[in-house]
Parts: sequence; structure tokens; C-alpha cells
Amino acid sequence: MTAGLHEAPLLDVRDLRTYFKTDDGIVKAVDGVSFSVEAGKTLGVVGESGSGKSVTMMSILNLNPKPGRIAHDAEAPPRPRMEAFLEASKKHTSVSTGQALFRGENLLEASKRRLRALRGSEISMIFQDPMTSLNPVLSVGNQLVEAVMLHRDVTHREARELAIAGLQEVGIPRAERRVDDYPHQFSGGMRQRVMIAMALINDPALLIADEPTTALDVTTQAQILDLIRELQAEHGTAVILITHDLGVVAETADDIVVMYAARIAEHAPVFSLFERPMHPYTWGLLGSLPRLDVELERLTQIKGQPPSLLRPPAGCRFRPRCAYAFDRCRGELPEATPAGFDPGHLDACFLAEARKLEESARVVAELGLDEEAA
Amino acid sequence: MLNYIIRRLLWAVVLFIGVTLITYVLFFLLPADPARLAAGKSATAEDVARVSHQLGLDRPVHEQYVLFLKRLVVDHSLGRSYANRRSVNEMVGEAIPVTAALVVGGAILWMLIALPIGILSALKPRSLIDRGAMIFILIGISAPVVWIGLLLQYFVGFKWGLTPNAGYCDVIDPPVGASCGGPADWAYHMILPWLTFAILFAASYARMIRANVMDTLGEDYVRTARAKGAPENVVIRRHVLRNALLPVVTMLGLDIGVALGGAIFTEAIFNLPGLGRLALNSVLNLDLPTMQGVIVFATLTIILLNLVVDLIYAWIDPRIRLA
Repeated sequence: MTAGLHEAPLLDVRDLRTYFKTDDGIVKAVDGVSFSVEAGKTLGVVGESGSGKSVTMMSILNLNPKPGRIAHDAEAPPRPRMEAFLEASKKHTSVSTGQALFRGENLLEASKRRLRALRGSEISMIFQDPMTSLNPVLSVGNQLVEAVMLHRDVTHREARELAIAGLQEVGIPRAERRVDDYPHQFSGGMRQRVMIAMALINDPALLIADEPTTALDVTTQAQILDLIRELQAEHGTAVILITHDLGVVAETADDIVVMYAARIAEHAPVFSLFERPMHPYTWGLLGSLPRLDVELERLTQIKGQPPSLLRPPAGCRFRPRCAYAFDRCRGELPEATPAGFDPGHLDACFLAEARKLEESARVVAELGLDEEAA
Repeated sequence: MLNYIIRRLLWAVVLFIGVTLITYVLFFLLPADPARLAAGKSATAEDVARVSHQLGLDRPVHEQYVLFLKRLVVDHSLGRSYANRRSVNEMVGEAIPVTAALVVGGAILWMLIALPIGILSALKPRSLIDRGAMIFILIGISAPVVWIGLLLQYFVGFKWGLTPNAGYCDVIDPPVGASCGGPADWAYHMILPWLTFAILFAASYARMIRANVMDTLGEDYVRTARAKGAPENVVIRRHVLRNALLPVVTMLGLDIGVALGGAIFTEAIFNLPGLGRLALNSVLNLDLPTMQGVIVFATLTIILLNLVVDLIYAWIDPRIRLA
């Protein structure tokens, strides 16, 4: 432990913005997102499809399609600068600004070579669809060996031993034989295990899991989440778990970020989020969570559609769907600000804190979340 | 696997009978008498009847066909030409190396052109290379082979005198009295035919490779490879090209068969004594045995190539199992 109360976080993302140029205009897929992950902890990132969860992670590793680069300029405001750059570009490109500090090093400014050295060794990623995320014409062994040999100075034989050990660790039976099989010879769940083995084979400090269970059936989902948790505990890996399922992160995460329309709606420790959710969008999400132990007439849904990221609504992006919206929400874009009761609990809503706490208590009581906590 | 090959070969027999039978029927539907042509201009009606009997043309079509099959299977003979009484086996045998040289050399050339163009334009879409390639592809696909051949012949061969206009040289032991021979002369004479022959295919292959590579670049496993930290050249070679070029292998096998047909134009323009020219002449002379000989050879080649393509495909793509 250092002298300070907090160690510097493993990953510290500050005011991240990623815009894409498309035929229809500039899509602001991530628009001012900040969060941090501490070593060995799990951050759950929750939001609807298209809320910018995946693009945020892809931006951190500079894996967006056709990324362009613009000079970092702390003085000039990022949004007009990015828009000007994309307007001027003839190609469909994307551009990110802000900071993604990994152990203090800004990944957005890192060289390609440096990023390649980090990818797969310090920061690994697994994706949503294990059916398509493995190369169909290479044996899984070869793909694991490739992951090892890209980052470590070992012989092919040693890499193969590591690959087999990796497959054993994720619970693939007869790993020493299955290592020569091709992806199509594995089931979906097994393929995701292979992906996890590949992601963890170089013992990374951070694993980004982008909806790792969405494409799997329910029983397999639970197994995969358990596996990630186990391996995380064993290796001390920090995990960013992206999902659109609050239920998934409730059991797994230490902290939760709720994203809505390219921005953060709420960012809080997991127990605090379920105890005192502070954003109307989070209330809506909680209401739409199916539960076995509480009888409800029907699940509530959030009315309306998520906004277009081409032309987001003025002011608060959730305003058109929000039952609590008032004048201020129309004119100003709310920033995530700490709650009075806990500086670690942030939300981007203009409602008075007393009002939010009142509504929050009502929502929690209605859903029976308080009983569970007790 | 063995089962599969046997089944395929049985199918090949059915296909073979179908193709040759259709040739026979079509031939006898032609409103012309091969016996009259074979007998010569000043032949009397008796002469024609005698020739007709000699060639077996006075028998019913089905009998002639059975005779053809029997000769082919038992004696391995395609018969003798109506036009010059030479053995068809011999004539086809002489023509095969010429056409093979044209098609194989052309295929190598078209892949040498199409691969870099297709890959580069896929990696840099909308770039100068890509736009230039699209123009080439458009011209290559639209322009008739004959027109391209004649233009090349006129400018490169005649006007600029860089290559011979036409003709063929044997690679090994040229016949006595031949004006040229040996590998250098052979290749020198084949440059224009290869080029003519390759342009159409090069254009369509460049387009196909470009589309395949662009599709593959968007695959999830390519993103996985990048997320692993693989440098771009490894991503392209190991993950993109390995997958993108699989269908190209199939197409190549099939198109080499198709190209046998395309050889007719190129051989006619450059006066190459290959199968295409043989087929053309045999049709003009109503020379059924020679025509049938070329068709038999072409059919067998295509059937065999298809089989080879399937076997290669099963070998290079682990997802495919032959059953």
C-alpha cells in the first residue's frame, strides 16, 4: 500500500469520446464517458444495445474500425475539434479523444506497437459471439499458441503445453486431445471457454468481457460467469463485464456503470446501486428485471426508444423518456456528479437529491430489493 | 472418403453418357450431310452413298452411338476423322499440350494479376489503387476476348513488333523443318495468347478476391486476432487471406474447365494448333468423330477437375468432411 488512501486505479478512463463518420453524418457513439477500474476488481457496464458500451471498450484498445487520430489538445474543447476532423475526412473513419490511462499510460496516445504489446498480454478481450470469434480454419491449439507466441519468448512446444494447460484450466475435458480440434467441433459454451482460455493465457491484468454470455443458453451462461469469477479470483485479474442484464452484474460486479445514449447515467458500488438507485433510467432498468421471488402483474418497460446518436436530443438524453423531466433537463446536459451520502455514487440527473432518494426508496420497496439486501 | 470418390465417379459416367449422347443427337439434327462434304465437290450421288456407308452414316443414330461407345470403351479409340481419315486420338493428343500450355499459363498469369489487385484494393477501399483496379475490372469483364486479342496482336505484335503475331512453337523436340523451337521461343510465342486469355479471368478474379477479403476483414475472428495483439501483416495473412481465398480455390478449379471453352477464341486469333481450333475446324467440316473426341476430352477434364477441387477443398477447409 502506498501512503495515500487509494492506490491509483488500473484503468482510469476520463472524458472518453468516440465519433464515427458515416453516410448519414457523425455518430457520437461515446460522448464524454469517465470511469475507473481497480486491480483485481470487477466493473459491470450495463446499458441497452447501442448505448456505447462496446465502442467504449473498443476505443480503449483502439480496435474500432478504421480509426483516425487527431492531435491531443487539452485547450480546445474536444467535440468541435472531432467534428471538424471528421467533416474534413473523405473516408469513413472514427476518432477518439480523452484519456484511457492504463497504469498511468494514456492508451489513446500510445503507438501502434505499444498497443499491440498490451493487447492480449496486459489487456485481453472476449466477445459476444463465440461461434464467430474463433478462426474456423485454424485449430484452437494453433490459435492459443499464436496468442502465447505473440507475447512470450517460448518455443512452439512450450506454447503448446501452455495451450493445453489453459484449456484444462477452463474445464475442457481431454484438453491434450481437443487442442487439435477446430472451432466447429466445439459447442457454443465450449468455444467461449476456449476464448476465455485464450484471453487469460498470458495472465493479463485486465479482462474485458463484452457480453460474454449473450449468445449462450441460460445454464451455460451461469457456468461461464462462474468460470470468469473463479479465474479472476485465482489470477487477481480485473474484469470489465459488459452486459445488458442487470441481473448478471448484480452477482458479479464490485462497481456498476449504467450507460445510456453514449453517456454514463449512473456509476456506483454495486450494493449502493441496488440500495439507492439515483437515476430515473436505472429505476426503469430495475423495473424491467424479471425476478422469481417477487410477484408483479407484469414487468414494467421504459416507454419510447433510445435516441439516435446522430442527432441526440438537446439537454439530457433520457429526457424524452423520463417521467420526471423538468425545464432544466431540456436546456442542459447533466454531468455525473457525486451524491451527498456517498462521493463514490455518481449520477447524471438534475433532480434534487432529496427527491431522488424519495423516489429511489419507493422503487426499491416496490421491487422488493430492500428485503433482499436485508 | 473412398465411398465418396466412387460415388462421384459413378456420377461421372452418367454425366459422360449424357454429354456425348446430346452431341450425337445435335449433330444429326444439323441440316447438312457430312458424307457429301467428305466425298468432295465433284462426287456423284453414288460416291456420296458409298462414303456414307463407309463412315457408317447410313445406320440409325442409336446404332452409331452404341458403336462409338463400344469403340471407346473396348478399343480406347475415338475413331477416325471424316475429313482426313487421321486417328482422332492422335489429333487430340497433339492438341492437348498446346491448350494445356495456354490454359495453365493463362491461369497462373491471371492469378498473378488478380491476387495483388484484389487484396490491395480490399485493404484500401476507395483509394487510388482501388479505383484504378475497378476501371481495369470493368474493362476486363466488358471487353470481348476477340477484341482484346486483336488489339494486342495489332499493337504489340504488328505495330510495335515486340512479340510474334501468331503461331506456336514446340517446347521439346520441334518437328524437322520447324522455324522455331525450345522453351524460349515457346514462351515468346505464348505471351500474347496468355495475356489475351488471362484478362477476362484476371478481372473477374480481382473482383471476387476483393469482395471476399473485404467480407473477411469484417469477421469477428479478425477482431479477435487484433485483440490478441497480432500485427497487421499476421492478421491479414493468417486470419484474413486463409479464409478469404478458400472459395477462390474452388472457383479456380471450376474455371480452368470453363476456360477450355474460352480457348477457342484465343487459339483462333493466334493460330494455335490446340483443342479449340480443332473443335472449331471439326464443326466447320461436320467432322463428328473429331468433334466428339474434343468433347470427350473436355468432359473428362471438367469432371476430373471438379473432383480434384472437392478433394482439395476438404483438405484445406477443416469444416468440410466428404461423405
